Amino acid sequence: MTTDMALGRSYRPLQSPWLPRAFIAVFAALLWFWPAVVDDPTRLRQWAEYLCFAIVAIGIDVAWGYGGMLALGQGVFFGLGAYSIGMYLSLEQVPENAMPEFMTLYSNYTELPLLWRPFSSLWFAVGAAVVVPMLVAAALGWLVFNRRIRGPYFAILTQVTALVFWLFLVGQLELTAGTNGLTNFGTVFGRSRFDPNTVIWLYRLAAVALIVSLVLAYRLVNSRFGKLLVATRDGEDRVRFLGYNPAVPRTIAFTFAAGLAGVAGGISAPIIGIVAPDQFEILPSILMLAGVAVAGRGLLFPAVIGALFVNWSGTAISESRPDDWLYIQGGLFVLVMAVAPGGVVGIVRTMSSWATGRLADDRPTTRSGTTTPDAATTGATA
Amino acid sequence: MRPPSCKHLLALFTVFALLLTACGSETEDESTATDGSAEPTDEAGSTDTEDSTDVDGAEEDVAAPATGDAVPVGVLHSLSGTMAISETAVRDSTLLAINEINENGGVLGMQIEPIVEDGASDWPTFAERAEKLITTDEAAVVFGGWTSASRKAMLPVFEGTGGLLFYPVQYEGLEQSPNIFYTGATTNQQIIPALDYMVEEGLTDVYLVGSDYVFPRTANKIIQAYADANGLNILGEDYLPLGDTNVATIVSNVVSSEADIVFNTLNGDSNVAFFKELTAKGNTSEQIQSMSVSVAEEEIAGIGIDNIEGHLVSWNYYQTTDLPRNDEFVEAFKAEYGEDRVTADPIEAGYNSVYIWAAAVEKAGTFEVEAVREAAVGLELDTPEGLLTVDDNQHVYKTNRIGVIRDVGVIEEVWNSGEPIEPDPCLANYEWAEGLAQGECG
Repeated sequence: MTTDMALGRSYRPLQSPWLPRAFIAVFAALLWFWPAVVDDPTRLRQWAEYLCFAIVAIGIDVAWGYGGMLALGQGVFFGLGAYSIGMYLSLEQVPENAMPEFMTLYSNYTELPLLWRPFSSLWFAVGAAVVVPMLVAAALGWLVFNRRIRGPYFAILTQVTALVFWLFLVGQLELTAGTNGLTNFGTVFGRSRFDPNTVIWLYRLAAVALIVSLVLAYRLVNSRFGKLLVATRDGEDRVRFLGYNPAVPRTIAFTFAAGLAGVAGGISAPIIGIVAPDQFEILPSILMLAGVAVAGRGLLFPAVIGALFVNWSGTAISESRPDDWLYIQGGLFVLVMAVAPGGVVGIVRTMSSWATGRLADDRPTTRSGTTTPDAATTGATA
Repeated sequence: MRPPSCKHLLALFTVFALLLTACGSETEDESTATDGSAEPTDEAGSTDTEDSTDVDGAEEDVAAPATGDAVPVGVLHSLSGTMAISETAVRDSTLLAINEINENGGVLGMQIEPIVEDGASDWPTFAERAEKLITTDEAAVVFGGWTSASRKAMLPVFEGTGGLLFYPVQYEGLEQSPNIFYTGATTNQQIIPALDYMVEEGLTDVYLVGSDYVFPRTANKIIQAYADANGLNILGEDYLPLGDTNVATIVSNVVSSEADIVFNTLNGDSNVAFFKELTAKGNTSEQIQSMSVSVAEEEIAGIGIDNIEGHLVSWNYYQTTDLPRNDEFVEAFKAEYGEDRVTADPIEAGYNSVYIWAAAVEKAGTFEVEAVREAAVGLELDTPEGLLTVDDNQHVYKTNRIGVIRDVGVIEEVWNSGEPIEPDPCLANYEWAEGLAQGECG
């Protein structure tokens, strides 16, 4: 993709470590007082949902912005997390060792299947929501990256994974409730789901998870590992000549992204109140990416804001124009990508480099300021 | 790369300006939603900004809806995504009914103010929008849903928030929520009469074909139980993923099984592929008959009349249903939305839903959900499909009609059950169905 040649510029990490810290502090404070601003349980629930997608966006930014891996199948990991918690919540609605409602209706099982049993424990479900996506991503990543599959081929592969995951969920109707999905969670973690206090509680849970994820991600990309990851993105062959196996940082970054998606999925289950295959298919997976693309990648914080903005505007536009909102939203995406392939961050960077009188087409630089000439050819093949 | 020109920046600002406009009008729309004076309109989402002038009075209307002059109701169907093709028509008939009632003075002297939302063929969106309609917009009732999955997603929301839903589509039964009125057929008003008809006609070697989701799976479970007790012969059972068009294997299975009839619970695009392939392999309805429960007037054009002429369907209403009330309905629908539009069973059920709710509100004298629910039971209405009675299980009595597809948009009734069938979602009155009904019915 030729447009990505221009994007190298936006990959340069922020120079000052204080700027992101200040951002996070202000953002955390804002999140904390947000429920008072929104002041409507239904709206707050929607915001809690947006926060979950922002967590996914952080992972995507690490994998895509810093690692150059266009992960188009994050829905899989989001879904694995959501199903883990969804299974726990389904079992919460029925007496111990009883089958969830859909299973008595649509399946031939006479007792709770083995796969479901451990999910009656909250801790097991929470653990599975994080660990299972990471294991799947690690296995997939290791296989793929060691075979030097990258760029568009990797993107297609992740998409196919999402499709396979969807087909599996739909096909295993007796085990997963098929297209209907897991639903009818009257209570979540022992609280009534429609009690306004529950909504605030779930919102705070999502907000804390978001801040923790953001801090972890900043630490990761600013560590020595982060430099290796960026180096792998910009000059894979050079990294290899230096004695590193590029598959290692890639797999780790991809696994990290999957873990965040799993956490987000797990938290989203009680918030959204339904876990169905269509939420994790290809299209929703791509939409998880849209926020990162619109805001600009490789800085983490814009990805969060972008994800919040894209999700919020999606709701807002569809409520005001239910007939043609998809065209409006789609048109906006196309417009932003056509005008500013680097997203909003790309624009800001271009303008600031005008202001400082530098050439706009300077080569991508790493944090130490050295140029990486390969970026244009190997870097963001995604 | 050259620095971006001013043109680019200008375009970007336009984007943001557009976005701001979109968001701005959203806020206004929300206010209009609860606004007293807004005219109901057939153009979704056009609860126009000019109405926002008297937003201030809106709050009072909501607090005491019975004293204001408009009552907000939700209309929640998929207007985008795979289900949009079916659901937009139900949205249209729902709005038509609301318009008609408003023209005749509204309910309890108040105009009905529809708030249209897009479920986007996405079940979580249905749940989210339902909650928004009930709590934020304080809609007295919501008309909406099509797929069982969307109903299942909305059910806990309506039960949790005490809202009221009218669901207008035939479904797989085995459900009875106190917060939902089911105005489409349940299995004993659509599937079981169809099976009775097949037995009567001697079409006893049956092949089951369906989309792989809950409705076909449950329907086929019921058909299997019926077959065991009533001497039908099930030769095979095949499923396609929802929307899949890879039908070659299934069609060759059907053909080689030498079945008399296919009981077809496929949905959407799969139907198009299935009937095309069946015809391409040289089978007309003379060779292999089929009984469909998800193909109505609207779908015929898409499948192609040459591929499906002479095949059977089972519904409770056709555009051709010969009743004076139906002539009025069809005429009004075509006048509003165009001569080329057709009416069909779910479209009619969506239209009826509004009238049932309005009649119940009039009888109850209030918009209170609890009172409306109680008042609705036992109501009798003259509808396009005939006399309709609301049962105390919140389903409605419906006459079953078996039809033959004759032309694009034309289904001719060849048999009917004679009188409205009592709704029995849990199949409690059928001995052979014992053990099928569990969950909420159990």
